[in-house]
Amino acid sequence: MSLIDAPMTPLNEVRKSPSRLRSLLSFLRKHPQAAIGFVILMFFVFVAIFGPYFAPYGEREQVGPIFGTPSSAHPLGLDDGGIDMLSLLIYGARVTLIVGFAGAVVAMVVGGAIGIISGYFGGKTDNALMRTTDYFLVLPDLVLMIVVASIWGRSLRNIIIIIGLIYWTFMARLIRSQVKVVRERAYVKRAQALGATHTRIIFKHVIPQIAPLLLAQTVLMVALAIFLETAISFLGLGDPSVTSWGKMIETAFSRSAISYGAWWAIAPPGIAVALVIMAFNMVGTAAEDSLNPRLKVSHLSRRHFRLRPLPDKEAPK
Amino acid sequence: MRAGWSYVGRRALFALITIFIAISLNFVLFRLAPGDRTSALRCQGCTQEFKQQLRADFGLDKSVPEQYVIYLNQTVRGDFGRSFVTEQPVISELWQPIKNTLPMILLGTIISIMLGITTGVIAAWRRNTLADKGTVWGGLLFYSLPTQWLALMLILYLAGPLNLPTSDIADPYLAYSNAGAWAEFVDRLKHMILPAATIGLVLFGEYTLIVRSSMLEALGEDYILTARAKGLSNWEIITQHALRNSMLPIVTLVFLSLGFIFGGTILIETVFNYPGIGLQIYESVGNRDYPVLQGAFLLLTVVIILMNFLADLLYFKLDPRVTE
Repeated sequence: MSLIDAPMTPLNEVRKSPSRLRSLLSFLRKHPQAAIGFVILMFFVFVAIFGPYFAPYGEREQVGPIFGTPSSAHPLGLDDGGIDMLSLLIYGARVTLIVGFAGAVVAMVVGGAIGIISGYFGGKTDNALMRTTDYFLVLPDLVLMIVVASIWGRSLRNIIIIIGLIYWTFMARLIRSQVKVVRERAYVKRAQALGATHTRIIFKHVIPQIAPLLLAQTVLMVALAIFLETAISFLGLGDPSVTSWGKMIETAFSRSAISYGAWWAIAPPGIAVALVIMAFNMVGTAAEDSLNPRLKVSHLSRRHFRLRPLPDKEAPK
Repeated sequence: MRAGWSYVGRRALFALITIFIAISLNFVLFRLAPGDRTSALRCQGCTQEFKQQLRADFGLDKSVPEQYVIYLNQTVRGDFGRSFVTEQPVISELWQPIKNTLPMILLGTIISIMLGITTGVIAAWRRNTLADKGTVWGGLLFYSLPTQWLALMLILYLAGPLNLPTSDIADPYLAYSNAGAWAEFVDRLKHMILPAATIGLVLFGEYTLIVRSSMLEALGEDYILTARAKGLSNWEIITQHALRNSMLPIVTLVFLSLGFIFGGTILIETVFNYPGIGLQIYESVGNRDYPVLQGAFLLLTVVIILMNFLADLLYFKLDPRVTE
């Protein structure tokens, strides 16, 4: 083991450590669209982390009349309980982003693991896993989600798990095709010839190679997860104890903000969701394009992942 | 040709197996639900004997494999049980909503395809112009909007000025006033247009981006150069050569976005209170009406699987190379 290790470690270090931040910056400079998205994202992440410290009013604090109109004290007006909309929006950012990130991470871990195992080992394992993935791909995601959520009960944890369980399929397919390419590379063959274990090869050689793609896909997945969270909250299956943007839209709808003409109770959370989803898409597509130009046509249909699985032309047998 | 039939056969087999798995998943999912049908009845006053009787009636006292076989048998015969709320057979509970939903989905899809192809083609043809940039950003924007929110915005800002109804499927007074078939048709259309427009706009974002990128790819090919050299007009080049060749991803995408459309329908019909399959699902979630939920899930999944199969066939027709 240590024989293989010795020459590798310094090489790795020289190549990796100083360039992380710089490569991010140069990536953003080359893709202005990604840069805009990144700035928007950083803003919302900041709000999500520090929001509760500078929110003007409390999350459950009645500060005025029901559906009070926007004024200088309350720039976005008040909601159906007389709660300041701007404060709610700030508090909601945290939950929405947490669900988005956590759901995407679950999808990444499950899908990534299955994709790696499938692509790396090939043969029967690959066949069995990919058939299973195919079956899951055709299930209607929101309907399945409703069924599962109404059975499991309404909690944030359940929503995150469900999002992950629905979206792992696409990740698995994509990662598998990449791993198949990586597996055939000379240094993997060399490590195999030197007697390295599968675990070692996967963690030392395969994962570092596919990590950027995995990351780009996760970013795109976050947008989807947020999209689903708003949908599921809107159907009354969200966690009743927390404020998310999706839940704000739901409350405004079910407490008939429309009849009151209270646009300020509906518009802001939707705009916030759209901005965040757009930003994630802008960053994610740019990253994906620069990593894997071959995906250009298929990448946009990821919302339902129903584009035909492409034949693995790129993967040598 | 033999390769073609074996391809069709393989896809058909796949569709059948998928349907079987969906049916089984349906059984497993609802079996995992806490409590059984007797506890879902929400009757605190029920005696143990009564519950026992109910369990026997539903066949819940049998072993799980036995129940599974019974369930399979019933499903194949189209028997999905009875609704907890109305006590009607699930299949008849779902039939009318499906009939209400289909025209709406169809109208929405037509809107999105027409909008998507027109703008996508223009954007690709006039690459890097203002029209192109506008299309890309517009597409990205509509792609990012939450469906239910877009529906609410349409109610807030379009329904009033255009004098469109925002709830239900038809004007209840019209049936009494003998207004005639034409007036009823117009009334239906008026109720349908906003929900359909929502579907159309949500899908439009995706379609236009796909059409654009696949057109761009086609326009870069050599046969476009040949067509130009032959002196064909721009219109002919676009319709006969470029669009024709970029149809493949577009057609499949339209077929395969059905799963997403059904998801969107639930949200849209809830907002517009449109009595379709989506609203039925929403209400059965609220009522804990599991048989209806189960039936709807199965129905939609089977429709999607069949559509996928159709897309496979279409794909084969458009590009016979898939069999290789």
